[in-house]
Amino acid sequence: MAIIELKDVTKSFGRVNALRGISIKIDAGEVHCLLGDNGAGKSTLIKILSGVHKPTQGQYEFDGKPVELSSPREALDMGIATVFQDLAMLPLMSITRNFFLGREPKKALGPVEVFDSGKASKITNEELNKIGIEIRDPDQAVGTLSGGERQAVAIARAVYFGARVLILDEPTSALGVKEAAVVLKYIVQAKTKGIGVIFITHNVHHAWAVGDTFTVLNRGSSYGTFKKAELTREKLLQMMAGGEELEELAVELDLIAKRDPSEVGKLEHRVAEELDRETHPKQ
Amino acid sequence: MAALRKVLVRPELGAVTAAIGVFVFFAIVAGSRGFLTTQGTVNYLEVGAEHGILAVSVALLMIAGEFDLSIGSMIGAAGMIIAIPVTKFGWPPWLAILVAFAFSLVVGYLNGWLVVRTRLPSFIITLASLYLLRGFTFGLTIALLNYTRASGMGAFLSGDPLVAIFSGAPLGLKISIWWWAGLTLVLGWVLFRTPYGNWIFAAGGDALAARNVGVPVARVKISLFMLTAATATLLATIQVIDTGSTDVLRGELAELEAIAAAVIGGNLLTGGYGSVLGATVGALILGMVQQGIFYTNIDTNWYKAVLGAMLLAAVLLNNYLRYQALRSR
Ligand SMILES: Nc1ncnc2c1ncn2[C@@H]1O[C@H](COP(=O)(O)OP(=O)(O)OP(=O)(O)O)[C@@H](O)[C@H]1O
Ligand SMILES: [Mg+2]
Repeated sequence: MAIIELKDVTKSFGRVNALRGISIKIDAGEVHCLLGDNGAGKSTLIKILSGVHKPTQGQYEFDGKPVELSSPREALDMGIATVFQDLAMLPLMSITRNFFLGREPKKALGPVEVFDSGKASKITNEELNKIGIEIRDPDQAVGTLSGGERQAVAIARAVYFGARVLILDEPTSALGVKEAAVVLKYIVQAKTKGIGVIFITHNVHHAWAVGDTFTVLNRGSSYGTFKKAELTREKLLQMMAGGEELEELAVELDLIAKRDPSEVGKLEHRVAEELDRETHPKQ
Repeated sequence: MAALRKVLVRPELGAVTAAIGVFVFFAIVAGSRGFLTTQGTVNYLEVGAEHGILAVSVALLMIAGEFDLSIGSMIGAAGMIIAIPVTKFGWPPWLAILVAFAFSLVVGYLNGWLVVRTRLPSFIITLASLYLLRGFTFGLTIALLNYTRASGMGAFLSGDPLVAIFSGAPLGLKISIWWWAGLTLVLGWVLFRTPYGNWIFAAGGDALAARNVGVPVARVKISLFMLTAATATLLATIQVIDTGSTDVLRGELAELEAIAAAVIGGNLLTGGYGSVLGATVGALILGMVQQGIFYTNIDTNWYKAVLGAMLLAAVLLNNYLRYQALRSR
């Protein structure tokens, strides 16, 4: 049974319809990729899943029961951990303090409870080692970490606090090829622990490398959800490019054809080349 | 090397270095004129305490990403809330003191609530409270007393149970110095050793990120506005008991000097980084400079120029150190 299910969810911000009639299911132990162009509604969708926004219409079910989340903390307590695109970590705070922010381990000191920084540092170190990150000093500022390492810390934190669903909003978008590969590895690690991972990306290759299920959004609507076996990388790429763009391209080609027929061949050739390069990048 | 790095990235490093520099400077220039005597030391500690009691709470608020410009006016208001009922209406001092603290907590709560609710910069909200508080203090004092001063508190103080903890000089050091030291220890401990302290950093570092992991950002900020207003009232209480009088202008510009002390102490103006100890060292520097100039031949009016130069130097130095903190691996 799915851990999370959205049924026919709509989200409007005033007159902007960010999402229209979205239905989606997240299973345990799968990587569910959410794809789509800029402004397609990916972040809005996961903000609904993580309790930041409430759906304007439609139903949110957790373990088969309808729920209404009113804060990210509530989602977190249910085991839905999110690494947001625009804000993963507080750069001037130490790794340990970031790791435990909002869930600080406490120890009694006489009548008062204090932050158990020794325990916090120890756990942070252990958890990061588990996913293969060597940190020289867990008390160093998060700002000293690379983008990939920050994502790793955020993922390790979610796993440590017993996440059942892990939502990652474009964790690889700001990373180089090597770092992205490392983050993809963490995603697979989380999946093998039985966590349902929602992986948002623009990059079809990243999605294809780790995804089991794919949902493609376009301007707030869904093209549908597909298992990997039902798809090819090329089909996915085509869906992502969006019917819209292809239509525009056709119109453009038409116009050029009327003006200068000889140009059409060249343009078609160039487009084919472009598409080919996107599908088979030389890395 | 790693240990050295750790020291280098402490926020108060710049301030401690500067404090030593300032001390050595005045020891050389004014050492023979009394700067190094016990009395000289007590004097600059006393001036430091006036800044320090405010600066430690201002530092916490600043780390949480907010300002409170109204604390100077709060000092003036609290002084009158204590002095007028005691001298004119015969209230016992303890009652007037409690009312003043209660009032400051309400003002702090309103400041914080408005900032959190409207999402306007606290600079603007508390600038409004600065004028409101000062204006009401002025207007009501004149309406009630016909003067801008209230004096004659001294006659009512003996035997009052609350006055004792705000007056006197245990071990030869004025009570304000003890309060300053106590607040530094307690607030410094809260900041680095409790979950609440962690939330203060988070609220100023990135309020949205903090809220998303369940930090009660609004509560943290509002409670800190209440703290700054309360420390302003603490200072006002100590002063009105010490001098037996107060003036509607008491505390003017104190808010800016407290911010200056906090910034010299390595607290980041935009939040998310800093230390209580740093603010205390910053206040100590202000005290030493203010008193040190007095012991030299230099006209004391130069104090403000020195303060300005120090502030600029501190910001540049701290900027550099923070850059190092983020670079160190
Ligand atoms: N809080 C908001 N208020 C108003 N409009 C919003 C809000 N959040 C999102 N939108 C709008 O909803 C649409 C979808 O935005 P969203 O951020 O979900 O896209 P996205 O797929 O995550 O894009 P990107 O790939 O650029 O991150 C956009 O048109 C955006 O302007
Ligand atoms: Mg987005």
